[in-house]
Amino acid sequence: MANAKELKQVLSGPIVSNNPIALQVLGVCSALAVTSKMETALVMTIALTAVCACSNLFISMLRNHIPSSVRIIVQMTIIASLVIVVDQVLQAYAYDVAKQLSVFVGLIITNCIVMGRAEAYAMKTPPMMSFMDGIGNGLGYGAILLSVGFVRELFGNGSLFGVEILSKISDGGWYQPNGLLLLPPSAFFLIGTLIWIIRTVKPEQVEAKG
Amino acid sequence: MASNKDSFGRTLFVVVGLCFICSVFVSTAAVLLRPTQIENKLLDKQKYILEAAGLTNPKEASMGKAEVLETYNKYVVARLVDLKTGNWVEGDADSFDADKAARDVANSFKPQNDIASVKRVANTAVVYVVNDDQGKPKTLILPIKGYGLWSTMYAFLAVEPDLNTIQSLVYYSFTGAGETPGLGGEVQNPQWMAKWHGKKLYDPQGNLAISVTKNPVVAASEYGVDALSGATLTGNGVQNSLEFWLGDEGFAHFIEKVRNGGLS
Repeated sequence: MANAKELKQVLSGPIVSNNPIALQVLGVCSALAVTSKMETALVMTIALTAVCACSNLFISMLRNHIPSSVRIIVQMTIIASLVIVVDQVLQAYAYDVAKQLSVFVGLIITNCIVMGRAEAYAMKTPPMMSFMDGIGNGLGYGAILLSVGFVRELFGNGSLFGVEILSKISDGGWYQPNGLLLLPPSAFFLIGTLIWIIRTVKPEQVEAKG
Repeated sequence: MASNKDSFGRTLFVVVGLCFICSVFVSTAAVLLRPTQIENKLLDKQKYILEAAGLTNPKEASMGKAEVLETYNKYVVARLVDLKTGNWVEGDADSFDADKAARDVANSFKPQNDIASVKRVANTAVVYVVNDDQGKPKTLILPIKGYGLWSTMYAFLAVEPDLNTIQSLVYYSFTGAGETPGLGGEVQNPQWMAKWHGKKLYDPQGNLAISVTKNPVVAASEYGVDALSGATLTGNGVQNSLEFWLGDEGFAHFIEKVRNGGLS
């Protein structure tokens, strides 16, 4: 069974050194769409982490029984079932957020991070470690989502989690919000900047020029 | 047995077994969570009714569940109206589902002049009467719907008891993916919604005069609302919804009755 050091590596590795968005550039679509507010970014992070961890767990438990000819379909079935359940739970307990996230919860099914981890890790690793790997990757995704969401909501709307931080001119304050930050393209710039910073600090992440 | 897992029988067994387990899992979750979801939908609708009635504090982003229910139960009474006669009718208005009733051929009709593409209309409709603290009606909320560019748009039209002065027009739901975000989707923009406040539905001769218009002179008058740029078809949908639901096949008979006899 895994020792503590390996466990730590699996959990914290995806946050900076092997981040699914920044290094592998997966799951960018939803990162653009749900980061205009901290609240949606947080709920999306939780949803994706739950799906990724559970799908890794179940796929790893079944890994010795999944016939290789249909393995992608089997993985998709498990992931899709989990996503539907997460969507139902959100509609029951967080209706407002579920409405804002709209199709993006359903689109977790096609999120490359989940599929990627299932195929690359869970198919050849024991259940506990796979589960941790799912959580680690969910956190890595969430770290980027929340940092992008932080900048977008704070400077785009003057608030964090809906609580006003900078009072806007339209509400009689002094802050002129940057409207661009509320639109999806701004997330491109922010994610690009983050990738730039991470690769400056860790030059080994830069792809070899070929 | 591991070498055997790719055999035909084994593959079939794993796939069928997995599908079975997953389907049980998904349907259990759906069935167990359904009551909570229905409650949420109703609560969401009530929230929009309160918003249309001006009973929510716009500064306060979200009212608690208990607060919404309390305010709703205190001020709002849902009643059923027969569209053909304009009379109040008995019935459970709170659980009335207009779309469901419209699919029931015996209790619905096909409009002759279906400008808002509503297809079928139920014979009865809900009207929400909002009372003030003394229990006197101060707002009537008429649910309207109509086709925009991509979707059927559902709204609450809140009018004062004279049935002429608009308090608000609140779009609360769209079928499918809704209108284009940033263009037609701006019907939910608070700044645009604020333009409806205080506008008049009818001119002094009693003709329906309200219009969503690109003409700045009309838009500045009390019968016009400035159209959304880039959203001509959604704007037409709003206009058509209003004309249909205030017309003869909509609430016209009810409005006439209320005008003549008050809100008894």
